Amino acid sequence: MGGLLKSSIARKVAMALSGLFLVLFLFQHFSINFTSVICQDTFNELSHFMGTNFFVQAILQPILIFGVIFHFIMGFVLEIKNRNARTYSYVKYNGAANSSWMSRNMIYSGAVILAFLCLHFYDFWFPEISHKYIHRLPEDPTRYYEETVVKFKDLWRVILYVISFIFLMLHLLHGFSSSFQSMGWNNKYSKGLRGFTVAFAIIIPLGFIFIALFHYFNQL
Amino acid sequence: MKLTLKIWRQENKDTKGKMVTYPIDGIEGDMSFLEMLDVLNEELVEKGEEPVEFDHDCREGICGMCSLQINGEPHGPNRHITTCQLHMRSFKDGDTIVIEPFRAKAFPVVKDLIVDRSSFDRIQQAGGYVSVNTSGNTIDANAIPVNKHDADESFNAATCIGCGACVAACKNASAMLFTSAKVSQYALLPQGRIEAVDRVKAMVRQMDEEGFGNCSNTGACEIECPKDISLENIARMNREYLMATTKG
Ligand code: HEM
Ligand code: SF4
Ligand code: FES
Repeated sequence: MGGLLKSSIARKVAMALSGLFLVLFLFQHFSINFTSVICQDTFNELSHFMGTNFFVQAILQPILIFGVIFHFIMGFVLEIKNRNARTYSYVKYNGAANSSWMSRNMIYSGAVILAFLCLHFYDFWFPEISHKYIHRLPEDPTRYYEETVVKFKDLWRVILYVISFIFLMLHLLHGFSSSFQSMGWNNKYSKGLRGFTVAFAIIIPLGFIFIALFHYFNQL
Repeated sequence: MKLTLKIWRQENKDTKGKMVTYPIDGIEGDMSFLEMLDVLNEELVEKGEEPVEFDHDCREGICGMCSLQINGEPHGPNRHITTCQLHMRSFKDGDTIVIEPFRAKAFPVVKDLIVDRSSFDRIQQAGGYVSVNTSGNTIDANAIPVNKHDADESFNAATCIGCGACVAACKNASAMLFTSAKVSQYALLPQGRIEAVDRVKAMVRQMDEEGFGNCSNTGACEIECPKDISLENIARMNREYLMATTKG
């Protein structure tokens, strides 16, 4: 591990910063997706902008991909280090007595999110990249809505999306507020902030679930 | 009370240990947990068997020696107490009680339920002190004004007895609560500020070298800590550490 990430605290802060960055991205992604249930044209316009804007494509997108990869690799590194810190496990360990399930199982909720991201990339990202940069097909600013909603015709995919968002909710229920503690932010505002992070962790994934179900039932 | 005890027995640090079951009878609710183990040991000695080794000293919750993972929790099911302050009235007739040593790579088992917690001493030695000129013109600490809030916070951090329950409770065997209490205790006082940068870096480096895990902010340590040391200390240490790294 490089010099900067040599200490346990530095690794934890890096985990928090990458996690918070993903939270910001998640909110932006949600906002755009949500327009698909309100107005087809707005969704197309925003998607076209995100898909063709130079700054978004050449700068933000690589940062995001780096952020995701960094976050999950660091998650696995921490998990391995943490497991090694207890050579013999307890015969009886009552974790539920003193901590939440979410906080003890970030690696499992994270692993489900990672599996989901693979499906999500297969569904949307690879076709996009191939459309734009491999086959260099002509750009049609109205294609996005159709291409998106057609994916939600399959019940199995909708079910997988719903399950993944539930795990995202579990991940964020602990992770979002935890990241502030990691960065050293624990003061009289923390209680209020915790309320906000919990609300965010529930509302945003539920919103994504709503969008998936909406398009499924809309096409029945 | 009649109980079934399942106790970790291990000859020494190099042998493999195992759980051994001991039935025990005649336990009173007013006995402390350690007194209950004393009763068991008397019986074992009478039968010519090796008594169960466990750590203890003050038996009044101030030294931090008594340890024990009891039914999956350090110091047993009750809050804000050590094992010597746990009474048998917290259990019911017929209960099975699982008793294990605190588990962490940095706390190797010495024998049975005794673990070596000297890794904590080495973290303390790495920076948990203030350097004072003792050449004869020492200034009395009370001569330096300290605001009440900081003095109280520092005192609260200083109540940590170094028992290791935080490490034992943590799923990652992390020593962040202990180390942060020791860092905070000095960081909050003017005398401690002078060496604050070096202190936090040295203590965190030692903590990592000892093989403790990372913090996942599960909060288990705070819940199980007999002295109610707060997670705010961990946040303070993270801040101190981040600030210290920018100072080279
Ligand atoms: C790609 C798969 C992912 C994996 C494998 C993963 C894994 C993890 C793990 C293991 C932790 C806990 C680290 C620790 O114990 O200190 C964690 C924390 C966190 N994750 Fe993820 N995660 C993933 C995706 C995400 C996503 C998509 C988001 C946000 C939308 C996110 C946000 C967070 C946050 C905010 C934290 C808290 C950091 C902290 O406690 O300081 N993660 N992640
Ligand atoms: S922080 Fe609490 S649990 Fe940890 S060593 Fe100190 S007193 Fe024990
Ligand atoms: S024996 Fe001293 S705290 Fe328990």
